[in-house]
Amino acid sequence: MATTAEHFQAHAEDHHHDHKPGFFARWFMSTNHKDIGTMYLIFAIVAGIIGGAVSGIMRLELAEPGIQYLQYISPLVGDDPSNFNATLHLWNVLITAHGLIMVFFMVMPAIIGGFGNWFVPIMIGAPDMAFPRMNNISFWLTVAGFCSLMASAFVPGGTGMGAGTGWTVYAPLSTTGSPGPAVDFGIFALHLAGAGSIMGAINFITTIFNMRAPGMTMHKMPLFVWSVLVTAFLLLLSLPVLAAAITMLLTDRNFGTTFFDPSGGGDPILYQHLFWFFGHPEVYIMILPGFGIISQIISTFSKKPVFGYLGMAYAMVAIGVVGFIVWAHHMYATGLSVDTKMYFTAATMVIAVPTGIKIFSWIATMWGGSIEFKSPMVWAIGFIFLFTVGGVTGVVLANGGVDDVLHDTYYVVAHFHYVLSLGAVTALFAGFYYWFPKMSGRMHSEFLAHLHFAVFFVGVNMIFFPMHFLGLQGMPRRYPDYAEAYHYWNQFATHGYEIMAVSILIWLVNIVYAFTAGKKAEDNYWGEGATTLEWTLSSPPPFHQFETLPVIEEAAHH
Amino acid sequence: MISGKNASAFGKSLKALGLSLASFLAIAAAPAFAQDAAAGSYTPMKPTEGVGMPVPEGIGLQDQYSPTGIYGAWIHNDVLLPIITAITLLVLALLIVVMVRYNRRANPVASKTSHNTVIEVIWTLVPVLILIGIAVPSIDLIAKQYKPAPKGALTIKVTGNQWFWTYGYPDNGDFEVVSNMLNVPGQPVINNGVREVGSEPWDGPSHLEVDNRMVVPAGEPIRLQVTASDVIHSFAVPSLWFKLDAVPGRINEKVLMIDKPGVYYGQCSELCGAKHGYMPIAVEALPRDKYDAWVLTHPGGVIDNPNASAGNQTDYLPGEQPAGAAPAADASAAAAEAE
Repeated sequence: MATTAEHFQAHAEDHHHDHKPGFFARWFMSTNHKDIGTMYLIFAIVAGIIGGAVSGIMRLELAEPGIQYLQYISPLVGDDPSNFNATLHLWNVLITAHGLIMVFFMVMPAIIGGFGNWFVPIMIGAPDMAFPRMNNISFWLTVAGFCSLMASAFVPGGTGMGAGTGWTVYAPLSTTGSPGPAVDFGIFALHLAGAGSIMGAINFITTIFNMRAPGMTMHKMPLFVWSVLVTAFLLLLSLPVLAAAITMLLTDRNFGTTFFDPSGGGDPILYQHLFWFFGHPEVYIMILPGFGIISQIISTFSKKPVFGYLGMAYAMVAIGVVGFIVWAHHMYATGLSVDTKMYFTAATMVIAVPTGIKIFSWIATMWGGSIEFKSPMVWAIGFIFLFTVGGVTGVVLANGGVDDVLHDTYYVVAHFHYVLSLGAVTALFAGFYYWFPKMSGRMHSEFLAHLHFAVFFVGVNMIFFPMHFLGLQGMPRRYPDYAEAYHYWNQFATHGYEIMAVSILIWLVNIVYAFTAGKKAEDNYWGEGATTLEWTLSSPPPFHQFETLPVIEEAAHH
Repeated sequence: MISGKNASAFGKSLKALGLSLASFLAIAAAPAFAQDAAAGSYTPMKPTEGVGMPVPEGIGLQDQYSPTGIYGAWIHNDVLLPIITAITLLVLALLIVVMVRYNRRANPVASKTSHNTVIEVIWTLVPVLILIGIAVPSIDLIAKQYKPAPKGALTIKVTGNQWFWTYGYPDNGDFEVVSNMLNVPGQPVINNGVREVGSEPWDGPSHLEVDNRMVVPAGEPIRLQVTASDVIHSFAVPSLWFKLDAVPGRINEKVLMIDKPGVYYGQCSELCGAKHGYMPIAVEALPRDKYDAWVLTHPGGVIDNPNASAGNQTDYLPGEQPAGAAPAADASAAAAEAE
């Protein structure tokens, strides 16, 4: 995208305009999209390390059949270690916490709150988000939600401390099945994080529709902006349904309503319909911005414009639309009628078509390119492969008839970790290495970034690929203990976790390296392939960019 | 009966507690009656290694012992798996080709191609055709799975409880079997008063074997009605291609058809609280005469008459709604009554 870049460079040097507020005002009362984006990223890293540590406890426990470690952890949340039911309840608390943290407090804050906040305004040539103060509220609501979720672990939740309902919070396990305040704290956490996300979605939609620079038409927007726009609509339309569902849970729990209680004329399956009407779009909320990041990176390092730009943009729109009419494929075992199962089977498989368009378009973007294997590109190529693996197992699971044997087994766990843990998270790391020098002004070590990728790739595949085998053999999810036959692959997966954990350490070392010894980053450190507006600014960009709006030239390409 | 006690903590379970305690007493009393009952005799079957259970280091589906399972396994192993493997390898191959042919050294100047309508149409239409190819057998499988049971088929009622299963036999005198997981040696006691796994010669794998199995006749369609007394559970047996949620207030119904005698293990497959991992399912399929003998070991057990429906097995489809579940509204009312 050709721009009148020199002009802004001159402006960036203009330091008397670049006044930053004092520490408290800057970080606690922030209205600056870049500062808020930075806070989101730091928050997501902290939450991700906590969520990752939780999964470490889970993998440790699962390395051997029997219960070896949970009873030593349970006193930490106030359980009696001699109470075996409380020990087992802790397992359910761990799986619940891992899911909720990773979905609501790691992936979403990082990919939408972090990279979205940082780069959507810059990429469309806007000085900031449309509602800067609301942006700040969104962030702090997310933090408050996280605190509520953490607090839930230390209050009674039925058979032990904490909310042990699974991230899906199905009634009646979450109502009559979980006395005590823990689930209420969990629900409150979702309310807060959800409210924050809805405000964020409103902010992004308004910003993208109204604050594009002159000449930046919808069909010239970088694909990352398109991806965040589609994601924001998904958030806006799905989160209120979740809010309604969990509010009904709350009143069922505390005020004697019976929305989900058959003894009062309610229906537990109604909750599942409401939850998954949110829950399925939610999985696209997590992955679509990743698609956007990958598109930017593939284009940059192939030194080519994205292949089939319109197809790519509208494939995301199609995924978003179809994502709203496939929710009951999470409920094949609940006793849906045959016709319903047939419909959801067919509708779900349709999603493979726009997803395939994206995969093939990325490869076509590389085709004929002059590829440089810088760290973000290596992560992006890894993403394409890993996401394909997760995508094809999704086609298997789409079949309502096959789901009878795979539903709620480790096959499902493998599938959604391939698209999320190996898809969304890989996209996050790709985006991190792509933009970290731009955000911080310091170059990371390319060697460590490549090493991080190699170790991570081996580790996550060792964790999650064998889970397909466990699932096909029938091992159910959410089990702390298992029959001897499942031992081998579980132990294998735990070794994979150890390797993955090492890769995270390499990443943290790389961050420390960048801030202590990293070279100063140039404005456009990736060179000729990087054509979006953030590369016209200094690294890091000035506190307020684009005080004079950039003009996107007519002949510009994507 | 620690598990019965736990159930009492939740919901409308006082009645359920009474029921399960009563049936527990009935089961406990069964051996004494077995001596008296004329044709009643039963020794639990020893499971065959690797049949109806996971195998160590296994990487594929469990072997299937029901008609839908054999069909479903064919769809997975011979239709889906080759297709998804081919697609994944195609993507991998394309990635390797572009990395080799179009890296900076091999191709210093990038092309500026960004559109090619023909290829875009191809990679949209070909996946559509592949998906249609998958959908045909897949939809057929769903239709076959949910064929309703023939009139007069044996009905067995499965109830999920925190954290054990109960099996009711309304056609055989309405006795009930309470099924608890056997305790694992060296681990904290899961179910008080229940023996340890391996203490009887017929015990199967730990974590899967139970004190009282769900005994069913092999080779005939059985109408399973699945419900729950407290929270949602899921009745699942991988080697029989069977999984149906047990939802309080609802009766879900589906046919279980087991080709040959054997013991088939499964586990609860919907998160149901602390001991979710400790309420396995063991289905023991016996030839009809042995099943009848087993029925007679229970006080009040009567042999149902399967021949009443023998001629009708092909004409039960017309006029009946092939629903996977009983319609929600009626079922919840009925189940609420029943509970």
